[in-house]
Amino acid sequence: MPDKSSEDSNTPSSKSSEGMIFALVGNPNCGKTTLFNTLTGLKQKVGNYPGVTVERKEGECFLTHGEKVRIIDLPGAYSLNARSPDEAVLRDVLLGRRKDTPKPERVIIVLDASNLERHLYLTTQILELGIPCILALNMMDVARERDLVIDFQALSESFGGIPVIPMEASKRKGITELKQSMAQAEMPTSEFRVPFPEEIKSGLKSSWNALKTSGVLVNEGSLLEPLYLLSDHDPTHYGIKNKQMDAIHDCQNKLANQFPGWEDKLVAARYDAIHDITQKAIRRPDEIESTFTDKLDAVFLHPVWGWAALLLILGLLFGLIFKVADGPMGWIESLFAWAGDWVTGRMNEGDLRDLIVDGVIAGVGGVVIFLPQILILFFFIGMMEDTGYMARIAFMMDRLMSRVGLNGKSFLPLLSSHACAVPGVMATRTIDNPKDRLITILVSPLAGCSARLPVYLLMIAVLVPSDEIPILTKVFFLLLMYGLGIGGAFFFAWVFHKRLLKGDGAPMILELPAYKKPAFTAVLWHVWERTRIFVRRAGTVILGISILLWFAVTYPKSDNPDPSVAMEYSLAGKVGKMIEPVIQPMGYDWKIGIGLIASFAAREVFVSTMSIIYSVEESEGIEPLRDRLRSERKADGTPVYTARVCLSLMVFYVFAMQCLSTVAVVKRETNGWKWPLFQIAYMTITACVGALLVYQIGGMLGYS
Amino acid sequence: MSSSSCLSDLEQGAFAVIGSIPSGDASMTRLRELGLLPGTRIQLIRRAPLGDPIEISVRGSLISIRKKEADLIKINLS
Repeated sequence: MPDKSSEDSNTPSSKSSEGMIFALVGNPNCGKTTLFNTLTGLKQKVGNYPGVTVERKEGECFLTHGEKVRIIDLPGAYSLNARSPDEAVLRDVLLGRRKDTPKPERVIIVLDASNLERHLYLTTQILELGIPCILALNMMDVARERDLVIDFQALSESFGGIPVIPMEASKRKGITELKQSMAQAEMPTSEFRVPFPEEIKSGLKSSWNALKTSGVLVNEGSLLEPLYLLSDHDPTHYGIKNKQMDAIHDCQNKLANQFPGWEDKLVAARYDAIHDITQKAIRRPDEIESTFTDKLDAVFLHPVWGWAALLLILGLLFGLIFKVADGPMGWIESLFAWAGDWVTGRMNEGDLRDLIVDGVIAGVGGVVIFLPQILILFFFIGMMEDTGYMARIAFMMDRLMSRVGLNGKSFLPLLSSHACAVPGVMATRTIDNPKDRLITILVSPLAGCSARLPVYLLMIAVLVPSDEIPILTKVFFLLLMYGLGIGGAFFFAWVFHKRLLKGDGAPMILELPAYKKPAFTAVLWHVWERTRIFVRRAGTVILGISILLWFAVTYPKSDNPDPSVAMEYSLAGKVGKMIEPVIQPMGYDWKIGIGLIASFAAREVFVSTMSIIYSVEESEGIEPLRDRLRSERKADGTPVYTARVCLSLMVFYVFAMQCLSTVAVVKRETNGWKWPLFQIAYMTITACVGALLVYQIGGMLGYS
Repeated sequence: MSSSSCLSDLEQGAFAVIGSIPSGDASMTRLRELGLLPGTRIQLIRRAPLGDPIEISVRGSLISIRKKEADLIKINLS
């Protein structure tokens, strides 16, 4: 029966407790997600498991005769001996240990038929839990290509007659048979058990007693719950109190001392049992022909062609982002401009109108304008994940990333962040090592994202006017800033790896899945989900902060109609003046101070704020503002925007966080305010120190 | 004829049988769970273009591990 006592009323499971609960389980890359999408259509709810950043997916499915069932797509895992947060969630749900998710009544285990031996490892672990299971042998086409002959009858009999359904989920083959099997009222529970070696059994029994006393167990009489709690070496366990954690550590130490390598003995026993089954149920060809994957890898992982292919694909990605996204970005800009004009024309002059036009519409528009880039990135990342190429990039880049303590999987998130840190941070979910994932999230916003470009371009224009100095000098400064960002990201990754975060040096183990044709609808669905999450999360935060910032630059009001004077008189102007002594050593005056404050929510706002401060029409391009900045003088008649001020400002924007969308996404991806606040702090401090150094050293070197 | 060395020394394309793999280490246990058990036949598919990590074929799947771990896995060449 569904767990009606479920406490968290926000979880989708408690809203409709009718319908039998099926869980979808399997190794990563077994086609589980495709099957889930096929079974549920678009009727699914996506969120996070409370307390961890593991994706929670649940959907509805109607069986052959219209019976409604609920399907939970559990995270992909190699084993119930959890080594990642994903695997811990799978274990906890299947053992009924999570309050937010009812224990599934039936399990559909999805296996890659072309790789049965490895996939049977997790399968047999789950069969032992005593929940009725259906085996969905997916990717039968690949198995046939490899001339594998599978005896379904023998496989089913090995596990006490449980249903075995051959499938090709990507081509919807076998779905009807699976649904018929799901609709059966009675389903046999497999009696299959891998026997424990006697001495380990006695060790687990005494652990069971100790753990039972500590109150950590929720199941009666099974040795499997203590087994899988003890085989998880990650110190963060869901729903376990500190005292109980001590009991677990105690038992772990005892077992390790009494029976060194006990876990390894269990692995060996399981593979022995699996070997017996595959001997009966699978016939392999004598000669293994080279597969499609082998042929593609010969190119994609080639010492020369591999790099060429990588450069080509990434070049295409960034070409798309900066060229193709340009058009839609222009449309969005005009749309928001039109909306602003429309409201201006419909409403009477006043604060409310200004709030809507200059606060809400301009603020939200400033974020939405990056949506085309974000969509393209999500799409590309999804395609690379779905085809299997993502793992190849990680394989090629691992050596480089390991220099700063990261692994190859961090490469794509960091690279994506060069267009926008939002999809970059969201893409870190593929990094299963929590420490590497957190470090990647922390340093991603240092990559030179496209919102920095307007600031860089303005400052370079002031620094080197095009009529005097060759274009290459400008390109040099631009590349210098990007290089500084990359260098900063690697430096801080190294620092965090060495100093900040403790964690076991978990080895990089990467599976290179067989290449497959991308499932377009699934990828598009993925893009839609990600985008929705971003717009909802960032949208609300951005809206709120935009309104606050609007108030800061508007109130208190001055009687002077000149907007630059009004801004000086406003709260932002006062704060700008207040922080002038602090930012003066960096070379900034209070007007730049306003720009820094106003662009806290989004970097590119700096440019529009400076336009307002200096009463320059922004719509006429960069030149009027550039000329205005170049002619700006201090009280003593010397220019404000000297070379070292421009450089100092650029360096500030290289390192400063100045992006609320990223803050909102980091908060979601790290599950709290701790890390986003830390990130704002370390980046802002670095930005100030960097800008200070540039300005002061520039002064010492004799630059004006 | 057979000689004993470690997995990271294996030449590209060569087959070998795993002799021993460290026991009682959580990360090595994961490699065992992925099928790298003593007695298992494996093939070194390639080294990454930068020399590390390596890609091996084991029980029908392709797995990549770093040299650091591969150094600990002893193999028998057949």
